[in-house]
Amino acid sequence: MNCEHCGERPAEVTHTEMSGMEEEMKTLHLCSACAALQGLGGPPASPPIADLLAHLGGTQEKTFETDAEACEYCGTRARDFRKTGRLGCPQCYAQFGSQLRELLRRVHGSSQHLGKVYVSSAVDIDDTEVRLATLRRRLERAVEVEDFESAASLRDQIHELTGAS
Amino acid sequence: MSARVHEGSELDGQGLAWLDDPGPEHEIVLSTRVRLARNVQGYPFAARASGEERERLLDHARDAIASAEILGEVDLWQMSDLDAADRTLLLERHLVSRELILGPEAAAPRASALALSRERALGLMVNEEDHLRIQALRGGFQLTRVWHEVDQLDEELGLRLPYAFHHEFGFLTSCPTNVGTGLRASVLIHLPGLVLTKQIQKVLEGMGQLGLTYRGLYGEGSKIVGNFFQVSNQTTLGKTEDDLIEQLESLVGRVIGYEQQARSVLLREAPSILEDKVWRAYGILSHARSLSFEEMMNLLSGIRLGVSLKLLKSPRVETISRVMIYAQTAHLERAARRRLDETDADVFRASYVREALAGDDPSPAGGTGDDDGDA
Repeated sequence: MNCEHCGERPAEVTHTEMSGMEEEMKTLHLCSACAALQGLGGPPASPPIADLLAHLGGTQEKTFETDAEACEYCGTRARDFRKTGRLGCPQCYAQFGSQLRELLRRVHGSSQHLGKVYVSSAVDIDDTEVRLATLRRRLERAVEVEDFESAASLRDQIHELTGAS
Repeated sequence: MSARVHEGSELDGQGLAWLDDPGPEHEIVLSTRVRLARNVQGYPFAARASGEERERLLDHARDAIASAEILGEVDLWQMSDLDAADRTLLLERHLVSRELILGPEAAAPRASALALSRERALGLMVNEEDHLRIQALRGGFQLTRVWHEVDQLDEELGLRLPYAFHHEFGFLTSCPTNVGTGLRASVLIHLPGLVLTKQIQKVLEGMGQLGLTYRGLYGEGSKIVGNFFQVSNQTTLGKTEDDLIEQLESLVGRVIGYEQQARSVLLREAPSILEDKVWRAYGILSHARSLSFEEMMNLLSGIRLGVSLKLLKSPRVETISRVMIYAQTAHLERAARRRLDETDADVFRASYVREALAGDDPSPAGGTGDDDGDA
């Protein structure tokens, strides 16, 4: 069946609504374009990375287009990423760092992580302030949801870091 | 070792405990979900990993799961050990993603697994798009609580599994749209009032401008049925987890307010029409002999609205949520103990819904005016 709105493209979205106060329930069969225009049915998918990449760079040097730089660790090439929108391994972030930074700013509005800091037991990161901030946020939340057991343990960890008794 | 891992348990009602606890704001919010994407150092991301690497990662994850105290008694299923019907069952319960259960040639991808606590809807997918997708689900609107659970599990797993973390980009993920916090929090919200009063588009656009996105019932790419919208944060980088959660909480809180207003307007301006719609929905659902999933969802939407506005006394919202799960095809097939083609499934669905609605007298206790007996 074709879209009931434009009558041209095939209908992909079925939208049923109890529309209009005096009408019966109404079912519309729309193509995704018309549905999107009406704000119905098809949620606007977040722009696929591949599309976004196509718009990046513009007249400047195109991002992720050169083939020179494959990830040393997993062999993912820039054009693989362009095609799939997925990176191959954690090392890719270092490999494609400068180009990714621009992309991340476009997607997230920032390229700087501000959330939890992961401290691997193997690595001793000396960033007490950040760790404290994270612990304090977790403590606040534990108290809010009345998880007093976690709260007590978090309080101990904070004391340990601040050197308080 | 502080969790007890049970491998390959028979599938029963796992992951559905939240149905019995509708939670805060359940007149409008069905459920709250939070997931964290995590990857482990030293392995390629799952899509690029060899079968052997995926196996090793699963072994590694299994040890970490067994040491996670918060999981308590935990079930672990490898997707390749389940038949297609069982895998679809888990999908219908929103416990696994399509990506986890569907590999090349419709077989389950190698070494992909689901771990799920028996005590609560908390667990993780292993070897999905990312190595780990830690997730929790609860009924109603309770973002802080669900995030707290996920965060605790994340802390415990992180002690055993060296996460891939970058000082600037945060937790590294296969797709850059998830990088940073790796956090996606979503609220499944029922907005018939805004749809009926035609304000929904404005509200959705507003949410979009404020950094939220929405999807259908089954996540990315799924369509909206029954006026149920899954609203979630769009970005994952550049904000703390708590800020992301708070922002979603406050914006969804506002949407709840708009929906309540829309419902009062409807009740005030067009009570008889509203009541008629609700009762028609009830009438069809309790008498139809064949129901497609979509038709059922749209009618359930009407009933849910009616129950919330006390135009109907029953069913309870718990029953409606239960029907939304159990009237899906894989669940119907399980009850029928056989494969059902579409026609059969519609017939079974109608019969299941009739049974679920039977027995209760839906007339409002205090009455909203007329004595509108159904029987």
